[in-house]
Amino acid sequence: MTIRVGSWSVRLAPRALITGAALLVLACAVSVAALATGEYTVPVPDIVAAVLGQGPPVAELIVGKLRAPRVVTGLLVGAAFGLSGAIFQSLTRNPLGSPDFIGFTAGASTGGIIAVVAGGSAMTIAGGALAGCVVTAVLVYALAYRGGVQGYRLVLVGIGANALLLAVNSYLLTRANINDAATAGAWLTGSLSGRGWDHALPVALALAVLLPMCAYVSRPMRMIEMGDDAAKAMGIKVEAVRAVAIAAGVLLSGVATAAAGPVIFVALAAPQLARRLTRSPGVTMGASALTGAVLLTAADLAAQRLLAPTQLPVGVLTAAIGGTYLVLLLRKERH
Amino acid sequence: MAAAPAKGSPLMASRLSGTSLTLAYDQRVVATDLNVSIPDESFTVIIGPNACGKSTLLRALARMLKPKTGAVHLDGSVITSLPSKEVARRLGLLPQSSIVPDGITVADLVARGRYPHQRLMRQWSKADEKAVAEAMRATDVTELGDRIVDELSGGQRQRVWLAMALAQETPILLLDEPTTFLDISHQIEVLDLCADLHETGRTMVAVLHDLNQACRYATHLIVMRGGAIVAEGEPGDVVTPELVRQVFELRCEIIQDPQTGTPLIVPEARRRVTAPA
Ligand SMILES: Nc1ncnc2c1ncn2[C@@H]1O[C@H](COP(=O)(O)OP(=O)(O)O)[C@@H](O)[C@H]1O
Ligand SMILES: [Mg+2]
Repeated sequence: MTIRVGSWSVRLAPRALITGAALLVLACAVSVAALATGEYTVPVPDIVAAVLGQGPPVAELIVGKLRAPRVVTGLLVGAAFGLSGAIFQSLTRNPLGSPDFIGFTAGASTGGIIAVVAGGSAMTIAGGALAGCVVTAVLVYALAYRGGVQGYRLVLVGIGANALLLAVNSYLLTRANINDAATAGAWLTGSLSGRGWDHALPVALALAVLLPMCAYVSRPMRMIEMGDDAAKAMGIKVEAVRAVAIAAGVLLSGVATAAAGPVIFVALAAPQLARRLTRSPGVTMGASALTGAVLLTAADLAAQRLLAPTQLPVGVLTAAIGGTYLVLLLRKERH
Repeated sequence: MAAAPAKGSPLMASRLSGTSLTLAYDQRVVATDLNVSIPDESFTVIIGPNACGKSTLLRALARMLKPKTGAVHLDGSVITSLPSKEVARRLGLLPQSSIVPDGITVADLVARGRYPHQRLMRQWSKADEKAVAEAMRATDVTELGDRIVDELSGGQRQRVWLAMALAQETPILLLDEPTTFLDISHQIEVLDLCADLHETGRTMVAVLHDLNQACRYATHLIVMRGGAIVAEGEPGDVVTPELVRQVFELRCEIIQDPQTGTPLIVPEARRRVTAPA
């Protein structure tokens, strides 16, 4: 579908638009359900009033202080993981090229655990996670670099780094005292419980900066999926685009992990689901972000309600769903 | 080509040329002090044994590979000093192998050839539409438009890639082994298409493996061996049994192509089979 105004023209894929709208509606529905239900049920009109700051005090407390930050953090973290996964899967042309497989999330965990053991506050842990992610990414990039970075090298080096870092993480946990180990263990599963606005804000800021960057490189990235030479022949500055994309992807998975811990499988599954939903070839940034947001908030809602009053960390659910999905995906790829 | 000024010299008027090129991957040097110029509006064919550096030379001419020394010039400017998208509107390259994105349709892949002509707010102009339709018609893939590229035969896929390169509408087009994977009739079809494009004024450069096809279609032949250009010029002037033996280590006889009068290489038979009377 093409829209032309004078010499301007924009090309739109109807199916992608409809999928995007449907995902948006779904995200709203899950959010409202998460805001309304729980130990106290808040009626939908009260939610609206509370969001506008005119609700009953109880509703304002529950929605504004407890549930809304958690839902918003979930949406933002899910979107960030989805985008980050889309970027790396596109760069490596491989579903297994997502940040949870090529060491970035594991590196963030290492940073987080070190911060826990050092007795850090929630903010220090977040900082440790972000730093761990960036340091790992720089090392993996440097090790994979050979006058440019090829996708398969990034995956191979990343998988190596991942294995190494997981070993380091286990070692750190065995050396930690029992309390630290418990704190770190809880954080390592990935959780949205007790997340406040101070968790949501950094992710929101990161997305505000990185989302336009992602939109800018998404078209050239799709061309790079055809191979470096084919993309260069079309006038794309392959290394520059790749550097921008990697920076954005690393920061996104870094801030997301900092906010919610290393929630696995969202980055892997969201872009794959988004691609199948939109049926568009190659990376689909917007749809991946939306799918990630829906996946994580839905998983978190299920984690809270499924075995209520027992609360599961969301990471347990995304791992269970994601694991099942991965097996199905791999079964299908075998033809 | 006897009348042409000093062949391969940078002074020769030519839109695309390389001077004193050293081409290397990391430490592996493929070519040293290579001078090449592509005659304007020629159909230049590059031949040479496997791994002699044909693709490397083509990649250097299309700025995919940065020369260690020397420079490639396009329209008088060092090619890397020109905006990359601007170069992509003048010079196209069909790489020896590209990756088909998962689930892409033929029409979508061909449309990607329009990238250098597009901007954020001009994503699909009438000219884009026309160029894509034209390219698909020329390569005979119009009927395949809605098919998934992954599911096509090797030959069909090759024609789709060619369509993408054509849609780019560049006056200079470099093709790395465009006939590989094609059966003989599609090989001839692609070469005829290249000849047609050449006749409409485009400069065509192709790497080919079949010497007889090279002789038939080339207006300018570049013969390479071991990273160096050992001969160039009109096929009729260049191709001799001596050259073929030197370059390809093949003893042969050369006769006239009964169709075109160009050289036809007939390899010497190792065992003579007496034909039944
Ligand atoms: N990406 C690469 N890295 C290292 N060496 C390469 C690369 N590509 C080609 N080569 C080497 O460069 C030489 C020339 O290759 P190429 O130009 O592809 O040959 P041709 O196209 O004539 O068959 C070969 O020895 C090949 O092994
Ligand atoms: Mg080659």
